Amino acid sequence: MIEVTRRYSFSASHRLHSNAFSEAENSELFGKCNNPFGHGHNYEVFVTARGPLDSQTGRAFAPEILDNLVSTHVLAAYDHKYMNTDVSEFAELVPTTENVALAIAKRLADHWTEAFPAGTPRLRKILIRETDRNIFELTL
Amino acid sequence: MLITRKVEFSASHALRRELWTEAENVACYGAAANPHGHGHNYIVEVTLAGNPDPVTGMVMDLKELKEILNREVMEPFDHRFLNHEDSPFQTTIPTAENIAIEIWRRLCAPVQRDGVRLHAIRLWETPDLYVDYYGEEDSND
Repeated sequence: MIEVTRRYSFSASHRLHSNAFSEAENSELFGKCNNPFGHGHNYEVFVTARGPLDSQTGRAFAPEILDNLVSTHVLAAYDHKYMNTDVSEFAELVPTTENVALAIAKRLADHWTEAFPAGTPRLRKILIRETDRNIFELTL
Repeated sequence: MLITRKVEFSASHALRRELWTEAENVACYGAAANPHGHGHNYIVEVTLAGNPDPVTGMVMDLKELKEILNREVMEPFDHRFLNHEDSPFQTTIPTAENIAIEIWRRLCAPVQRDGVRLHAIRLWETPDLYVDYYGEEDSND
């Protein structure tokens, strides 16, 4: 088994705000990230897939298949968008980067077998660098 | 405890399967099938697992690890065209996956000590692509 990781990036804005809290509570909890007009990041997304080596090609999979999957189902939906209003998952859900990682994992899982009908590789990890100092990793 | 040492080499490679036609190679590997090769600045992160020695406080002397990496990685790979000069890549396609596996094979025995073993090889081919290999007895499934 071998794990192959590709890096992608998108630029998007978000506002951390929950309807479960009052304005004051939101401001207290999320601080600057609660700015009503949102703020943005250059997100870096590392997607790891794990599978056996194909003895003919010497690769675990063709990276362009993963690139197309991520591009079609993630980057097209997230890049240059305001996540709170433009990305369907965040209509009711706070777009913290934890939740973005979970949402991206679900988008990829939902379309994984279309891209990889043989069942390998499998989706192994999503790592998001929101900034150089904030890094979120989801192992599946 | 895990410790990681990084080493960087620059090399060229061509991704081609001799049994395939030119068109089949290009269909599979794209621009990387160019028979003249193309290059990368590869970064290798070598991770060892072990307990610090009670006297020295070290899992492994990093000077010693550096010498092993120079001998097993830098000398055979740095500033080479992998397909032409380095066994096993005259017959094995030097994909990032196969290079990582080959580095594992080269390092596995030399870094082995009482209580110390090779844990992972991470090979960065570009800032947008890396592979991780944990050996044949990988317990991540």
